[in-house]
Formats: sequence, structure tokens, C-alpha cells
Amino acid sequence: MAYPTDRKYTKEHEWIQVNGSSATVGITDYAQQSLGDIVFVEVPKVGAELTAGKTFGTVESVKAVSDLFAPASGTVTEVNAELATSPEKVNKDAHGSWMLKMTLKNPADVDGLLSASDYEKFVAEESGH
Amino acid sequence: MSSVEATPTGIPTKIRKTALNAVHRQMGAKMVDFNGWDMPVEYPAAIGCGIINEHMAVRTGVGVFDVSHMGDIRLAGPQALAAVQHISMNDASRLAIGQAQYSALLYPQGTFVDDVIVHRLGEEEYLLVINAGTREKDFGWVRDNTRQFDCAVENLSDDFTQIAIQGPKGVDVLQKLTDGDLSAVKFYWVTRGKLCGLNNILMGRTGYTAEDGFEIYIPSDEATSATIWNEILAAGKEFGAVPCGLGARNTLRLEGKLPLYGHEISDTINVWEAGLDRFCKMEKPEFVGREALEKAKAAGLTRTLVGLEMTERGIARDGFKVLDGSGREIGYVTSGSPAPFLKKNIALAYVPVEFGVVGTAVKVEVRGQGVGAVVVPTPFYKRPKKTA
Repeated sequence: MAYPTDRKYTKEHEWIQVNGSSATVGITDYAQQSLGDIVFVEVPKVGAELTAGKTFGTVESVKAVSDLFAPASGTVTEVNAELATSPEKVNKDAHGSWMLKMTLKNPADVDGLLSASDYEKFVAEESGH
Repeated sequence: MSSVEATPTGIPTKIRKTALNAVHRQMGAKMVDFNGWDMPVEYPAAIGCGIINEHMAVRTGVGVFDVSHMGDIRLAGPQALAAVQHISMNDASRLAIGQAQYSALLYPQGTFVDDVIVHRLGEEEYLLVINAGTREKDFGWVRDNTRQFDCAVENLSDDFTQIAIQGPKGVDVLQKLTDGDLSAVKFYWVTRGKLCGLNNILMGRTGYTAEDGFEIYIPSDEATSATIWNEILAAGKEFGAVPCGLGARNTLRLEGKLPLYGHEISDTINVWEAGLDRFCKMEKPEFVGREALEKAKAAGLTRTLVGLEMTERGIARDGFKVLDGSGREIGYVTSGSPAPFLKKNIALAYVPVEFGVVGTAVKVEVRGQGVGAVVVPTPFYKRPKKTA
């Protein structure tokens, strides 16, 4: 899979798409594949403070509960309400299913994250290919 | 993300494999360590699988499971019935040849060694099918507790590849591969017949999915196992058959309130607490655990197994605490998961008897928060009665 180059990636399999001092966050296709059928997405409310590298929510498959890690620090401005009723959208299109939008406290946080090609390599190693 | 789930395989040594292991891996199954066995938890979305699709296939059509990790103990001899009667809580004397029953092996304390399906295969021949994680423990238990009977006890667990063909179309699939008339085999009865050219194959109308279906026992060599597995899937294609893993196996049995050893039943839980009264024949004068059960019944139950349905957003998982309305811990979840067919989040839990009334509101502690749930009747799902 070729990962979209319009965003950055974390080793915890989140993606972050930056737009000036705001950003949109979701999980990657590799993440949804590993999880299997997603049945529950829990993200914080609008106004919540996120800290880069710390957990901010959970995504649950039928069998497992997985933590979501904030790719950057900032404040939640919008949450994708669709995922509360249709979490399976993340399986169908992980890169098109955003989980939250946020303002970035330190836009430079994102610089240290993985590019699409670095993430591809990382995933290849993880999955032993 | 981080994952809180079964340990990934890739752990060297000691992991056991069924004869179909290579087939599962070839099909791209996600593998998991289940009680020391390298088993498929689900198959890929690319071939129409995944836990939810697999679950729905069994409820609406047919799904095929490798359950070879389960164990098989054969008791044969002039006193085989007496031996079975001594260690099993149900009444095996009711079994005609070819008939099976659900039962359990109990400790003297009336708690569970394992649950089991007892099959009567012959005049003096019984087959106990037991759990994967308790193979050796059960065999030792059966052997040690039947020495006084004129009966041979054999561990046949490695001799069979066991495949479960489950769902309303299960019988139609198997019928394509065998000569005998399967419609004559009632639920919880077994037959022997020719299957894919193999003679005298044991086929039982049993399962762990709360659906109709069969479990077949074929030779455990890899070549035969792979051939039969593929023939079953090919025969099932017209009915939408898919391979199914342990993930769907768990969600299916949970909807049907079928117990899982180590969860609803264990060596610290007794028959009454687990609600398995109807499989325990106290009119039998003697069996291991009977005395303790009589005392426990007289003393009265303190806790009971109930079904819960989440009423607020959240999924109850194994081990989560159950709380009363004021947030006080009153019990725990034995098994909890989304229910793909029912489209609800359900759980089984032990709670004090007074909270066991249907309609009682409780909470389940999910990541530090009490999430609303209600006690509901069980089983959560019952398969529709076949018409005509």
C-alpha cells in the first residue's frame, strides 16, 4: 500500500494531516487491518487537551481494545460524530475517516514524525515482510 | 495504538499446532496463541472473512472451523458406563448408542474439572470430547478416577483432526460429501459414514455455536486434513461457506450462553452458580462432586451467572468489574464482547443472587468509568426452529 504523502505518521499507527496551525487525526490502513472489524471508537470531547505521545482515546475491535496516542499536543476542536454510530467506516477507508480535528500547540511536534515512505518501511518491518 | 489481546505467535517452542496450521497460514489467517495452540482467530477480509462476517455466515449459512485442538478421551470395556457415571455429572445411562449429551467432570468440591460432550459410540464405548487447554489435566483426571472400573481409558486427542461445520446450511454441505442420510441424524446424535472417500468417519450433530451443524473426526495427518478441509469449503461455496476462527467461535458461543472453561466455569465455581443444573443428575446415587453439591444446594447460592446487555456506550470485557447503582463492586464479567448478530454489547457475569433478577440495572467498570448495563434473560440468542 502506498500511504498518502499529504500527512505524517506515528509508530503507533496514527496519521496527522496538518493545515497551518490545525490538524486532522486518524488511524492508518495498517492499523485497521491489524485490528479487524472496528466496533467502537472513543475520542475526547471538544475542548480536551492532548499531549503528544500520550493516550487520548481507544479504538476497539471485536476482540481487542487499543489505545490511541496523540501525534501532537493541542486542543480538540471537532470530533467525527459518524464514528460513534458507524465505526466500521474506519475499516472501509482508514485514511478518509478522520477521528478528530485539533489546533496544534507546537506545529514543530509534527516534524519528527514519519513520512509516508518511512512509515511504509516501518510497517514492512513490523509485519515481517 | 497499543494492543491488549492474546499474545502474538512467533514465540519459539512449546506452541502446539493442529494438522491444518499451514492451511490457515496459507489462507492468511491472523494467528493467536490459544492455551498453547497456534490457532486462527480470524481470516482475511479479502476472502470475505473477519470476525463479523464469519459470525454472520454461521448464523445465516455455514462456517467451517478447525477445532482439532480439542481433546478426545475414549472409555471402553465392560464397566465403561459405570466409569463415565462416576466422573460425569449427567446421566450417561440415558444414552442410546449414537447419542451424545453435554456434561461436566467435577472435583469433589462440586467445582469444574472441565465441561465435556459425552458420546456413546458403542455397547461399551464412550467418547469424551474436552477442551483444548485441559487435555492433559482431563486425561489424568479421568484415568486416575476410573482405575477401579474394568474399562480402558485412551487419549485419542492427537489421532483426530476435528472440523466443525456450523450453521443452518451445515447439514446440506456435509450431505454433499457423505453417503448416509444426515437428515436422519437428530441434534446431539452421531453417525458413522463414508466421507470424501474415507470410510467409517465419525460425524456428530454437535457444536459450540448455538446453531445446527456437525463436527467430524478425520485422520490427523496433514495431507488428509487439508484435502477434506478444502473439499468442505468447496462444497460449501454455494451456501456462502467461509473458514471461521476462534474470534467468531467465541462471539457465537457467547450469544448462545455456552460456557467457556476458565470463564463461566472453573475449579472455583460450582454447578449451581454456573446455572448448569439441568445437566447435573442428582438422582444418580453417586458421582464425584455429588456430596459437595448437595451441601451447597442446602446452604443456598451466594452468587449466580447472569446475562448483561450494555445500556450505555461501552463494551464490557472479560474481567471487568460489575458495580451496583452506587458504584460499589458486586461482581465481575466472565466473558464480554460485541455480539455481531444481535448488534448489542453483551456479557456474562457473576453477581450476588439478589442482583440476578432480569431487569436489574447495574454498571460495568470500563476504563475507570461505570457504564450502564441491565440483567437480561439468557441465552441472548436462540436459533429459530426449523419449519418442515
